[in-house]
Amino acid sequence: MMEVITSNYAAAYAAKLSRVEVIAAYPITPQTSISEKLAELVDSGEMDAKYIKVESEHSAMAALIGASHVGARTFTATSSQGLALMHENLIWAAGVNRPIVMPVAARALSGPWTIWSDHSDVISERDAGWMQFFCENNQETLDMIIMAYKIAEDREIMTPAMVIEDGFILSHTVEAVDMPLQEEVDDFLPPFDPEFKIDFKSEPRRYAGVLAPDWWQEHRYRRMLDMERGKEKIVEVERDFKRRFGRSYGGLVEFYRCDDADVALVIAGAPTGTAKDVVDEMRDRGKKVGLVKLRSFRPFPGEELVKLNDMVSMVGVFDKSYTMGQGGAFFQEIRNALYSPDGVPIKNYIGGLGGRDVTKKNIERIFEDLLALNKEGKVDRIIDWVALKGGPGRWE
Amino acid sequence: MLKSYKDMPSTPVSLQSTEDIMTGNWRTMRPLIDEEKCIRCYICWKFCPDMSIEVEEADDFPTVNLDYCKGCGICANECPKDAIEMVREE
Amino acid sequence: MIEIRFHGRGGQGAVVASELLARAAIMDGMKASAFPSFGSERRGAPVMAFCRIDDRPIRIHAGIYEPDYVVILDAKLIKIVNVLDGIKEGGKVLINSPKSPKELGLESDHDVFTVDATGIALDMGLGSMASPIVNTAVIGAFAAICPEVKIENVIESIKQAAPAKKEQNAEAARKAYDSMKGAR
Repeated sequence: MMEVITSNYAAAYAAKLSRVEVIAAYPITPQTSISEKLAELVDSGEMDAKYIKVESEHSAMAALIGASHVGARTFTATSSQGLALMHENLIWAAGVNRPIVMPVAARALSGPWTIWSDHSDVISERDAGWMQFFCENNQETLDMIIMAYKIAEDREIMTPAMVIEDGFILSHTVEAVDMPLQEEVDDFLPPFDPEFKIDFKSEPRRYAGVLAPDWWQEHRYRRMLDMERGKEKIVEVERDFKRRFGRSYGGLVEFYRCDDADVALVIAGAPTGTAKDVVDEMRDRGKKVGLVKLRSFRPFPGEELVKLNDMVSMVGVFDKSYTMGQGGAFFQEIRNALYSPDGVPIKNYIGGLGGRDVTKKNIERIFEDLLALNKEGKVDRIIDWVALKGGPGRWE
Repeated sequence: MLKSYKDMPSTPVSLQSTEDIMTGNWRTMRPLIDEEKCIRCYICWKFCPDMSIEVEEADDFPTVNLDYCKGCGICANECPKDAIEMVREE
Repeated sequence: MIEIRFHGRGGQGAVVASELLARAAIMDGMKASAFPSFGSERRGAPVMAFCRIDDRPIRIHAGIYEPDYVVILDAKLIKIVNVLDGIKEGGKVLINSPKSPKELGLESDHDVFTVDATGIALDMGLGSMASPIVNTAVIGAFAAICPEVKIENVIESIKQAAPAKKEQNAEAARKAYDSMKGAR
């Protein structure tokens, strides 16, 4: 059924279709309409869930850790400062196998104040142990939340997942979304059925107690294995989703027109759509450019990305955040994955920070830069900041 | 006029006084004080959230500073003598 | 692809106008997206809303800088905001005003149309003198100047998704469209 809705509403309806049982949410721009819409749906009885009004995001995550242990399918949503406030509980949830699914309206972390989109909030949580999926449009947000439950709740995975929608750019933009029917989703997504759940009467147990040094490392190793298993499961779940709903997103990464490309740009989130338009236009002019849409950042699709070494002779990585490392987060990890004596040269482009618009012209300039560097066979600088006022280079 | 990252101050601090920002153009309604009804209690001056009602000298009638008045209508709402009417900004 | 920019004041319904228009286009089998100027808003402040309509899927998520159409819900904004900024050559302008384009004194090479959306809205009991709900009348008039948008879809879109007074809003759109005899 066709709906014309924002990514926030798509996320709220996805939670409804996924029959989430416990929601604990706190409002924050630009996620607020997710929490509001769900409050409406629960209040009207249209949705059968328990909605806990908490005093902060830190409490929201704590409440869900508890509810998840009882066997409930759990949901919350947040952004930037709220995500940062949940930080310790994000790590908790992942550490104790809680398959919570949470859309994050990616928004720049403040200092000074900002409310606009970039990826710094979710990148700052790349170490939390959550799966991280970046969405290109509202349809993907809806579909990915439903798929995320199926992936996260797999007994061999049991890992929470963030479904990332660029703040404002997707969260507040209205697009046509094909809403699946409840029966179709029920058929695809069975109820949450964990191996262990709190049951005081018949099987009293202690959950998430102290784990001493003699076994901690092994626990982390197991968590690593769970996350790695996610890679296969993501692909499998998408195949199933495509069969039933007719839509697919390419799995962990999408290679867009990379066959017979000279150069490729790796990019994630809303700007991916803009970049695809640029790729098509430049291809029409005979430029051999390709794009890699990074869908899953955690688990990190190193095996997929390393194929770039054989596909193209110059790679650009676009980071919508900069957190003081040698290059942005995507760049660092991708360069690591591609590292080899004959590895393809890679350059980092930092842009779209704090809500700065990523225009077609910006992307075109990046591709032109990559094509020019490709002729030289090496990069000129490791990093360029896109359209920096007063910065070097010819940017618009 | 900032042109480059180099022109920014070393820490986030505003370079402009809020006095330079004429919020008066936010208005769609403006307060009209009827001096026949006004008893100069200055409740409007007290309640204005924007310091946009001014009393130049003691016992003067209050006046509205149209450079900053946003037309919120709190003054009209609080006036005990209904001496303030909100009229459409033309 | 056509790109439309709406100028209004916070609370006037510019954002809803852009969404209703997107919905109308989608009903017609087109692809569309709509979004506001992003940020905190307040009642009365100048705001912008945007809409893209195309027959192919819209993948772009960047802003609109060179609109094909500019729609102005509050004529007073002409003095405060550069409403024609970036408008494409051959672009069209629609202004909510009882005056004719000539009387408004809007110097422009572009086609300028006016519609008395405020008058129509007040006739239909939409909003008040201080804040009339002009957005539905405006998009009704817009259908008269934009070949990609059909009035039947605009009316249906309003009937489906207008926040309140669906029938009156739909009627306002119809009246506004009919008043644009010269444009069609």
